[in-house]
Amino acid sequence: MLNLLSIITFLPAAAAVIMAFWLHGDDANAQRQAKILALAATSVTFLISLILLFSFDPANPGFQQVVEREWIMGLTYKMGVDGISVLFVMLTTFLMPITIAACWNVNIRVKEYMIAFLLLETLLIGVFVALDLVLFYLFFEAGLIPMFLIIGIWGGKNRIYAAFKFFLYTFFGSVLMLVAMIYMFMQAGTTDIPTLLTYEFSAGPLSLLGWQIAGGAQTLLFLAFFASFAVKLPMWPVHTWLPDAHVQAPTAGSVLLAAVLLKLGGYGFLRFSLPMFPVASDLLSPAVLWLSAIAIVYGSLVALVQTDMKKLVAYSSVAHMGFVTMGIFALNKQGVDGAIFQMLSHGFISSALFLSVGVVYDRLHTREIEAYGGLVNRMPTYAAVFLVFTMANVGLPGTSGFVGEFLTFMAVYQANTWVAVVAATGVILSACYALWLYRRVVFGALVKDSLKSIADMDAREKMMIAPLLVMVLLLGVYPALVTDIIGPSVDNLLTHFQAAVGIDASAQVASTAAAAAPSQ
Amino acid sequence: MNSADLSIALPEILLSLWAMVALMAGAYFGKDKLASFLTWGTVAVFGFLAILVSVLEPQSREGFGGLFIDDSFARFSKAVILVSGAAVLVMGMDYLERTKLMKFEYPILVALATVGMMVMVSAGDLITLYMGLELQSLALYVLAAFRRDSVRATEAGLKYFVLGALASGLLLYGASLVYGYSGTTRLADIASTVQGDRLPIGLLMGLAFMLSGLAFKVSAVPFHMWTPDVYEGAPTPVTAFFATAPKVAAMALLARLVFDGFGAASADWGQILGFLAAASMVVGAVGALGQRNLKRLMAYSSISHMGFALLGLTAGTVAGVEATLIYMAIYVTMSIGVFAFMLTMRREGRPVVQIDDLNMLSKTQPLQALALLILMFSLAGVPPLIGFWAKFAVLTAAIGAGYVLLAVIGVIASVIGAFYYLRIVYFLYFGTESDPLDRDVAPVQRWLTLVAAAITLLGVINLFGLEGAASVAAQALAN
Repeated sequence: MLNLLSIITFLPAAAAVIMAFWLHGDDANAQRQAKILALAATSVTFLISLILLFSFDPANPGFQQVVEREWIMGLTYKMGVDGISVLFVMLTTFLMPITIAACWNVNIRVKEYMIAFLLLETLLIGVFVALDLVLFYLFFEAGLIPMFLIIGIWGGKNRIYAAFKFFLYTFFGSVLMLVAMIYMFMQAGTTDIPTLLTYEFSAGPLSLLGWQIAGGAQTLLFLAFFASFAVKLPMWPVHTWLPDAHVQAPTAGSVLLAAVLLKLGGYGFLRFSLPMFPVASDLLSPAVLWLSAIAIVYGSLVALVQTDMKKLVAYSSVAHMGFVTMGIFALNKQGVDGAIFQMLSHGFISSALFLSVGVVYDRLHTREIEAYGGLVNRMPTYAAVFLVFTMANVGLPGTSGFVGEFLTFMAVYQANTWVAVVAATGVILSACYALWLYRRVVFGALVKDSLKSIADMDAREKMMIAPLLVMVLLLGVYPALVTDIIGPSVDNLLTHFQAAVGIDASAQVASTAAAAAPSQ
Repeated sequence: MNSADLSIALPEILLSLWAMVALMAGAYFGKDKLASFLTWGTVAVFGFLAILVSVLEPQSREGFGGLFIDDSFARFSKAVILVSGAAVLVMGMDYLERTKLMKFEYPILVALATVGMMVMVSAGDLITLYMGLELQSLALYVLAAFRRDSVRATEAGLKYFVLGALASGLLLYGASLVYGYSGTTRLADIASTVQGDRLPIGLLMGLAFMLSGLAFKVSAVPFHMWTPDVYEGAPTPVTAFFATAPKVAAMALLARLVFDGFGAASADWGQILGFLAAASMVVGAVGALGQRNLKRLMAYSSISHMGFALLGLTAGTVAGVEATLIYMAIYVTMSIGVFAFMLTMRREGRPVVQIDDLNMLSKTQPLQALALLILMFSLAGVPPLIGFWAKFAVLTAAIGAGYVLLAVIGVIASVIGAFYYLRIVYFLYFGTESDPLDRDVAPVQRWLTLVAAAITLLGVINLFGLEGAASVAAQALAN
């Protein structure tokens, strides 16, 4: 059990258990202790995860640090990381202390709040390191419980509706995936992900209720997984839970939701859909590309008309996730690289934006854009920080946002030029909504009475945002930090993918020839 | 009949003897003053017998010329029945004392019903099957109407009796058809008259009638109508009993009948069970949506869960039986936890059962609320709680046998079902504060809820070895 990955995964949960049993009372002192314990636990987790990062060998495309144990019902407890997952683990552990710091001002049920966040960290890391289908599903689904509670207990006015919508939407998406997983278990006889990565699921044509299904079982499996990941990501048109959940969640909840939870969908596409169902991915990629293009344009247009700052950022997330799916389903190296980069970069940028919204929300207790204006006069530091992240959100060169968008555009231009053209208009729109938001909130004259005495960011808030600022700029000027690590794993993925698609294409030719032969 | 036969049925004989001794004691001495002593005595006997059946040597034995079978399958089911019966008796005492229902007949009726269940799961013959079923049912009819001065309880008892009699009639009619077309009442002999994997029409009709009768006992749709009313009308401890042990017994009997008697024709009864499973999962989930009464809600919830358990049997494989056994054991554990909590729900001394009575329980009784939260998510089938593993087991079995569509219906029903479990969590954690529930809770009830929740949570590590035991039991039945 004492494996590095197990430690990183379960350390936060252990801290949560300690907190649940040894911390009593709900007075100011106990609250403070809970916060400090949570911050310490997440920081230590981050430090240990640094060992993982430094001991990771980027040249090896396989899984590293693998731990494997017998488990129940023929399953295995198996964990490991490759170039794709290791950075998501890092993203989670990096953001977690920041998230905890972001909820320093919470004062209702602090202990439970911290426990929920610590458990959520365990479950999120678990998703990225799991190498057993059902273990993956377990972490993937269990995350719903703490998130449901976080939105429902500590959320805003309309929190109940948002919590139910969040839970039921994502639950519905994933149960279909569960059926598909069990089907794969029965077909391949194992739930071991590395084995399944090379298992070829049948792609021969299949007739279901009188419908001919091209790609056969692979297509059905792909669609079942797609239902889950598309909801999680979220893709248009199943994104509607996201704005509700975001707006109602407390700041820290929004940060975690945008920065890590949304990435589960993209990670799922890379880990399962692409390598396990290559034929179906190839077959359905045009449809997914168009859905992505719609998401980009639609998300940006809707963001343009929002009056609530959080909702605006939420819709911009829908648009940015569109770039991720676009990159993945362009099915080439730039695309997959770009998608992963975009996910990481969005993790930093969106969390910074939500934190920035949280900073002014803490002061004025409203997120209406109308309530602000001219903040630059009273909050110069805030104005500068917010500017950097706004620009990063638009995709200004020099920030991490640019690299991801550029790579995915380059990829999709090769795959489908029209999609690239449509998606490019979304980039212009994103500049519109982001800059317009910035103008309305920060620039202009400071006329509103409620803003006259507003204070600039304090030390805690600066400490919270500084690491994000560093990461956004660092990755913007030196993207090789990421691409060097993911490179070999992505190459490996795509080699396998192309081989599978190529072989299957020729196999299909052979089978149609064989079918045609007797009829002659 | 010889001594070997008696030793095979030893647990049943011991329990019957205890019931008679207790009845005499109750009638001649003290009457209801002995009630709590007799209850504890029955619990002790249940516990002893549960240990006895678990440690018995593992080979299969037949007694009374094949009328009575004692194999791993029967022993597994008996252990679950006895343990859940003991838990229900223990947790109901406080409630019964407070509502002045602590009569000495109560533990005796439970013991007699349990004897019936133990005979049911050991039945190797249609006659034994019917005897066990009727012994159980008659005791349960009385229990349903146990609160004599309440109109609702009487109504519940009467409703249960009338519909139960109808179901028994269906079962008997089916049994007579089976006897007529196979010439025997012994399950093993019936199996040998089935040639190929298709049943002759007479046997098929007989089986269909018998399955209808049994579907009533497990409250599978479309024979579920009695469940919400009886659950609501009966005193809560009795409801808790209804929801646990008899369900296990009837499910095990169903498995025994189709596998031992008609094992070769799994395609034929698979269709019937598949329909019952799909209808139960969906109707149970949808029906619970509008319920405000926790007992009615649990009734619909149990209908839905029985649908899932039937899904395992539908598969018609060893893995399917194993999955059903795992499902039933896990379902019983979760139900005991929830009912132990429901028994504590009182406001100013009066029992309450509406779900909005749970409003903000997390403020007044945080630990209980957390336990209930875990149990609810587990009932909804969210991992890593054991309710998920139960569903995983039956879905795996069903998909392995090719019933993919049924599995899809099942998971969609579980999403619908998640809504009402979440609504309970909503009242526990997000609701508005109202008059809190009474906090002087009997320790036994509190601990049963907490232990059930702990099992639910920690089961993810290795299911407490349940899988191995269920596997052995399933092999004994399906081979």
